[in-house]
Amino acid sequence: MPKLTVNGEAREIDADPDMPLLWVLRDRLDATGTKYGCGIAQCGACTIHLDGQPVRACQTKLGDVGTAQITTIEGVNGRVADAVQAAWRKLDVVQCGYCQSGQIMSAIGLLAGNAKPSDADIDGAMDGNICRCGTYQRIRAAIHEAARSLA
Amino acid sequence: MLNARRPNPLSARPSRRGLLAGAGALVVAFRLDPKSARAAAGPNLADVKAQPNAFVRIGADDTVTVVIKHLDMGQGNTTGLATILADELGADWRQVRTEFAPADATLYNNSLMGPIQGTGGSTAVANSWFQLRKAGAAAREMLMAEAAFRWKVPVSEITVADNVVRHGPSGRQARFGELAASAASLPVPSEPRLKDPSEWTLIGQKVPRLDSVAKTNGTAVYSLDIRRPNQVTAVVARAPRFGATVKSFDASAARKVAGVRDVVQVPTGVAVIARDTWSAMKGREALTVAWDDSTAETRSSDAILAEYRERAKGPGLTASERGDPQAALKGAAKVVEAEFTFPYLAHAAMEPLNATIEKAADGGYDVYAGFQFQTVEQATMAAILGVTADRVRLHSNWAGGSFGRRATPTADYLAEAATVFKASGEKAPLHLVWTREDDMAGGYYRPTVLHKVRAGIDGKGAVVGWDHVMVGKSIMIGSPFEAMIVKNGIDSTTVEGASDTPYALPAYRFGVHNGREGVPVLWWRSVGHTHTAHVMEVMIDELAHAANVDPVAYRLSLLAQAPRLSGVLKLAADKAGWNSKPQEPGRGLGVAVHESFGSYVAMVADVTAQDAAIRVNRIVAAVDVGVPVNPDVIRAQVEGAVGFALSAVLRNRITLKDGRVQEHNFDAYEPTRMSEMPKVEVHIVPSQVAPTGIGEPGVPVLGPSIANAVFAATGRRLRSLPLDLSGVKGA
Repeated sequence: MPKLTVNGEAREIDADPDMPLLWVLRDRLDATGTKYGCGIAQCGACTIHLDGQPVRACQTKLGDVGTAQITTIEGVNGRVADAVQAAWRKLDVVQCGYCQSGQIMSAIGLLAGNAKPSDADIDGAMDGNICRCGTYQRIRAAIHEAARSLA
Repeated sequence: MLNARRPNPLSARPSRRGLLAGAGALVVAFRLDPKSARAAAGPNLADVKAQPNAFVRIGADDTVTVVIKHLDMGQGNTTGLATILADELGADWRQVRTEFAPADATLYNNSLMGPIQGTGGSTAVANSWFQLRKAGAAAREMLMAEAAFRWKVPVSEITVADNVVRHGPSGRQARFGELAASAASLPVPSEPRLKDPSEWTLIGQKVPRLDSVAKTNGTAVYSLDIRRPNQVTAVVARAPRFGATVKSFDASAARKVAGVRDVVQVPTGVAVIARDTWSAMKGREALTVAWDDSTAETRSSDAILAEYRERAKGPGLTASERGDPQAALKGAAKVVEAEFTFPYLAHAAMEPLNATIEKAADGGYDVYAGFQFQTVEQATMAAILGVTADRVRLHSNWAGGSFGRRATPTADYLAEAATVFKASGEKAPLHLVWTREDDMAGGYYRPTVLHKVRAGIDGKGAVVGWDHVMVGKSIMIGSPFEAMIVKNGIDSTTVEGASDTPYALPAYRFGVHNGREGVPVLWWRSVGHTHTAHVMEVMIDELAHAANVDPVAYRLSLLAQAPRLSGVLKLAADKAGWNSKPQEPGRGLGVAVHESFGSYVAMVADVTAQDAAIRVNRIVAAVDVGVPVNPDVIRAQVEGAVGFALSAVLRNRITLKDGRVQEHNFDAYEPTRMSEMPKVEVHIVPSQVAPTGIGEPGVPVLGPSIANAVFAATGRRLRSLPLDLSGVKGA
């Protein structure tokens, strides 16, 4: 049975190696913080970290994960994560909130590698995350706010 | 606990059919008419019951739980409704929580919808305003009475603030939690004193949203996240064409897919039931279904619009008229004649439709979803499951968007869930999932609409006549709500925003033809205003240009009797620097103003249009929504309306080819992305009028403000949506 490390814990998964990690998380581990929005990597709602890098869980097969460390919204932590979540709350970014797990995981990935992202950097890192409620202006402001608080 | 004796919400109803028919007979004004909104929101306090027990619970630990009768699909009404009650109560915002109400049309109906519990028409705050103020004030007075009794002091010397009740002269004080249990048994004052606006501490202020924490740490539960013990997951194979039925199906390969438990036919198609979502999807891929298209809609959307164009040559039913516009136009110095077309639009909320149903030990049912029409949905499911409505318990979750899709008069996706659950044998909880493809291709779109307008001005530039015909499918005709909304064959949700225009047109006629195609249609964030506002605001702009008058001045000259509309128009123009327009080639400002759902919104769009690309740089919005309960939430809703509607303005279409929807996912129907989002500034008009809504009113003016800006930037007049500068599709 494949083994995964999710948020620091080793888990045994009883599923087909072709099952996307999105559904392993949601339906085998009941870790539903990672969301399903499109299944074809167009919306970014399923964004998680593999060894700290943002990836779309809907396109990551269980059998391809290997020993990579999986981090989901439920387990992400550290200076950058704390700053991002604090900025999101300070600016009241969320509306329906469904896309926000993915937005936050992408934003943490951006700031972990780029301490002072420009607006163009933000476009590049965040364009894959759709928000139908249109919270983009606040997401952008929250990323700048988080960067300021980390400086 | 303040609600020690909660009223039983599960009272039996006479009959299931009676409930639906009764809802139809009793509702006087389901759709929010701006005039009735003002009337309903006016001070008829005697009619509003103070019901603290239905709306607030105070724990011994001091937490204040506000019961929310509406659905929060992102518009922030949980924060708004809690603000209203908490302010009157005198609560400490840090102690305030919310929970969703059960289904109960007596306690929790939307007063602007009659005996229906539901959310829509941007009515949550408007219909709750006095109800929650009274509930909060009554609870405050009960706490004060309890303190006065305990301390043997006059209640007039008691004050309440931040979860604490105080007697100033003696210095005594008590927390809410110490008083609430006893206070709950006191009589409920029927006419509690409402605070003067000068006493408000939360209303009108920035307060932190109550859902921000849970929605940023993965703990907020949406119905797609519901996991009941031993639940199975189902997906349904539905016909590619609307109105088709199952002719036959072959489940043999599907049943062999790992994890698949059963395959059953239901009225909407064939359901594959499996151990989890992935197995259900894989099972459905292996399913073969033959469809009977004999009753299906098989035309293309182009053909439907072509039929509309033909029909628009005739006058249609008269929605409103004044004088003789045709005669007036004969004498006009200049006439502008224009056609506008609008495509089908999908709601495309981030959370696709889904519901979970479970049979309880007592023979009742527990259902989990983002319910938007609770009592209609409850009654519909009960009828299918064969029980009385009180045996179907609704558990409302956060909803990952809706924009109107979750609210159908027939409770379509919940009815389907009930049929699948029934067909499954009801042994295991059933989690019904619509994939993104199901959700996008599944119908219930904003209708496709065609408008034909002839408007004329005299030698001085004044409007003399306006002759306007529109063709679109009615949302209400053929639905359980038809009797309430459709009068003389005219559905007000088709013509709203045009036939009742506030512009002082001396002679006009608005005619409407109802479309007949077999595509299911539905309200889409701001409904009729999504197309009527665009047509009115582009046409007025064209007349201003024909008259050689500034577009803002021209509108103001026709809105002398509409002070709130004039007010937002002037504010937006002022804040946008309307009189110092950009001089760069290819850049321009455009304006639009519109009233919808009792609220007034103006936008100025700053647009750069070059070659075939339209780039929206900035939107300056001015809104008048009466008392702004949560100004920051209001700003967020207007910013959000821009982000939501921008892709509809620039590119989105649901198209049919031979009756089959062509767009199945975000690759073909692409929402607005981060890099396209303009800067949005929102200016709120100070007001003490009872609040009206903001969930929808930000949408209608976006399209026309951008179209008018494109004209200012390029001299090219684009009329139809989505805007296409390439010239291939034409204006």
